[in-house]
Amino acid sequence: MSVVVVGAGPAGVRAVERLVEAGIRPIWIEESPDGGGRVFQKPPPGFSRDAKALYGADASRAAAIHATVARLRAQVDWRPGTLVWNLRPGPRLLNTQGPDGTKAEVAYDRVILCTGAMDRALPIPGWTKPGVTGLGAAQIALKAQGLAIGRQVALCGTGPLLLLLAWQLTKAGAPPALVLESAGWARTLRAAPGLAWNPVGALRGLAWRAALRRRGVRIRTGALPLRVEGTDKVEALVWRDARGEHRTEVDGVAIGYGLKPETQLADLAGVPFSFDGLQRLWLPERDRAGRTAVPGVYLAGDGASIGGSVVAELAGTRAALAVIEDAGGHVDPLETDMIHRRLWLEARFRAALERAFPYPAEHAAAMPDETLLCRCEAITAGELRGTDAPEVNRGKAFTRIGMGRCQGRVCGPAGAEVLAAARGCDIRDVGRLRGQMPVKPVVMA
Amino acid sequence: MKADVLIIGGGGAGVSAALHLAKRGTRVVLLERGLIGGQASGVNHGGVRQQGRHPAEIPLAIRSRRLWSNIQELCGADVEFDPCGHLKLARNAEQEADLLRWNEMAKGYGLETTMFGRNAIRADYPYFGEAVIAGSLLADDGSANPRLLAPALARMARAAGATLLENHKVEAIEAGFRVLANGQEFTAPILLNTAGFWGGAIAAQFGEPVPVEALNPNMLVTEPLPFFCPVNVGVVGGDVYLRQISRGNVIFGGGRGESDPSLPRSRPLPEPGFLAMQKAVEIIPRLEGALIIRSWTGIDGGMPDALPVMGWSRTTPGLLHAFGFSGHGFMLGPAVGEILSELVLDGRTDIPLEAFDIARFNGQDGPEPDVWKTRLE
Amino acid sequence: MIPVRLVDQARPEIGFSVDGQAVTARQGDTLLAAILAAGLGRVRTSEFGDGPRAGFCWMGACQDCWLVVEGLGARRACSTLAEPGMKVIRR
Repeated sequence: MSVVVVGAGPAGVRAVERLVEAGIRPIWIEESPDGGGRVFQKPPPGFSRDAKALYGADASRAAAIHATVARLRAQVDWRPGTLVWNLRPGPRLLNTQGPDGTKAEVAYDRVILCTGAMDRALPIPGWTKPGVTGLGAAQIALKAQGLAIGRQVALCGTGPLLLLLAWQLTKAGAPPALVLESAGWARTLRAAPGLAWNPVGALRGLAWRAALRRRGVRIRTGALPLRVEGTDKVEALVWRDARGEHRTEVDGVAIGYGLKPETQLADLAGVPFSFDGLQRLWLPERDRAGRTAVPGVYLAGDGASIGGSVVAELAGTRAALAVIEDAGGHVDPLETDMIHRRLWLEARFRAALERAFPYPAEHAAAMPDETLLCRCEAITAGELRGTDAPEVNRGKAFTRIGMGRCQGRVCGPAGAEVLAAARGCDIRDVGRLRGQMPVKPVVMA
Repeated sequence: MKADVLIIGGGGAGVSAALHLAKRGTRVVLLERGLIGGQASGVNHGGVRQQGRHPAEIPLAIRSRRLWSNIQELCGADVEFDPCGHLKLARNAEQEADLLRWNEMAKGYGLETTMFGRNAIRADYPYFGEAVIAGSLLADDGSANPRLLAPALARMARAAGATLLENHKVEAIEAGFRVLANGQEFTAPILLNTAGFWGGAIAAQFGEPVPVEALNPNMLVTEPLPFFCPVNVGVVGGDVYLRQISRGNVIFGGGRGESDPSLPRSRPLPEPGFLAMQKAVEIIPRLEGALIIRSWTGIDGGMPDALPVMGWSRTTPGLLHAFGFSGHGFMLGPAVGEILSELVLDGRTDIPLEAFDIARFNGQDGPEPDVWKTRLE
Repeated sequence: MIPVRLVDQARPEIGFSVDGQAVTARQGDTLLAAILAAGLGRVRTSEFGDGPRAGFCWMGACQDCWLVVEGLGARRACSTLAEPGMKVIRR
């Protein structure tokens, strides 16, 4: 039986670990040179900071993941630096591109997709200028490169990552000039009972906020970025809150409103998608073990639905158990029950988080016409609004939005908000961008 | 709903027929199972090409090309038509002889081509590699954006009074004609079958099956590259074709993807993509190392002789076919629709259609199609 | 935008070139970090008139930091480490 695991973040690591324990030697494909995923990304050799400095309260989990990767590499067919750019569910094949551009075909009987997530963007005028990054991007710059994206940085977003990053930057000696939290206090308080499903997580957020205030970091709630000003670089951020419109001189802006699963391979696999009203995203359907309707295809981690790294580890283990079970192996029902219970608890907390820190959909829908919605093709929101497209794939066909190098993974959700508002219909009714190989650019040879 | 003419299939030919009929005051209803221009008409290479066609198609292609000169007016929109020329390449002496033979034949129809030999072609087109030994240019061929054409024609058809219904999959058809779609009944004395691949099933239902197969052109596109290639490029044999749009992307194709027309779903395949990449790099070496950012395919109707079925039914009065354009119908669509409108309203057209007669596949003894010629008064 | 180096500034210096211009970076810098920290302000230019670009996601997803490294071909600046002697061409 050929088992393939795609991705070496927390979900992939735990999946592979479990498969190896069951005597399976999977093919393990990871796009970056090393494991850990984005959440536990390691700096390249030469950096000296320890896990505590890099990952804070998650240091021991990060260290455990890294150690597990190091241990497992010799026990599997480890293929780092390798992109999976296509999946064919009929003949059960993956197409890959190695670090030197070499294409290969990988057959699978069962594949666990642990493809992770990326920042969910909120396009605003000026967001394509050098100096504007994703929120997760600014965290990676700090974690993996020891950098602040500028001297005076504004962080715009919602949810735990926003305050966590603000705190990490502050600790590293570069407190942000401005933190804009889109959710208002009222909303956060309404969701507070649900947040108690994870008291430690909820308290961490409160502690960061208090610590940032003590250091004099300017945090505004119910605040949204309006536009980035400057010629060829960031000079100022114009933003608004309940008190009105403001302009703050900055040289870096990080924008990220939660995360968005990288679902392209699940899409190519033909996994059915449904709209998740809470995350306000189309997500591939799977059972609690990670099985999909497509034979041999399993999903785990943030690549299936945003749950965070703790959920990813659990889901990775659970998907591996499903593979073992489906292949006729023995699985301890006590263990799967325990995982299901923990996943259920985490899901309650996650739902409360989503309610407390929702994607600012109305703000996205109302973006000014001149906003370059599609970075790759430089297409504006106004151009999309100007079509008679009833759904997003038509919008793409007419305007080229989502047709560029990133295949709409950056602008897709915001574009759907714009189109739904323009059509006066529910976000579900404009659908989702269909995936097509290659999921990322591949080299012509 | 009652109409003078029912059209099944909202590709280029169907929507153009709807437009031309509506312009002349005909009550038209068009039923499209998905979205207008969603299959072959919308996902093809976008060639507006007379060059290389079968002699039987040349008069139709010439009339089409004339119509393309006014395409913006017909569509009421810019569909990115660029009469940039089509250069067909030979990679060996035999292919070069093919080019010369076709040019000689086409001259009889009034089509002028320019031949470039081994040295001349690299002088004028320095980006071609050693694999290219000759080329033939048909200067007033060109290309357009297939994603825009059929929807633009559809807007004009609606403005002219035609009823175009998307997401209306036909559930039943009876002679006469009564058509059931989305639980609604549509009737008309004339039925146009412009259903592409699915046109075969309609013909079969009326007792004239044809060997149509799903044809899925395997298409790829590169990232935007500095503009270098102002001409559309084809090769003898047709195993690769490419063009660079003004935004810089090189769109190319070759081979076939796969599909399940019953869903309908289609997907491009990696292997024909690799082959097309290799062949593209052979003729234009500078493409090596470019990034492929997207691929696609769709479902067209392919006939064994690569000629469409076009003309009146041999079995059923009032049924008019135009399908099976075999991967090269995009540029023909607008004119095909106009010709269908003439057949319906005038009982004649100036383009010879004998070679497209459906009878060529089943050798029916039925009466000549002219017997069924139906004029709407 | 010039990113600020906050930690690990003692990493060994390495030299490479960008469009023929000599650039000094630190071992372990990605091309994205190295080019921006050197004050060059962009890793590519929008093909469609939107001016300079310097990526967005820093994790290989947004595809907005592609450049060319001589001998290696097209690379994402965010996922390629700067190496001594590299010749980078921005587009």
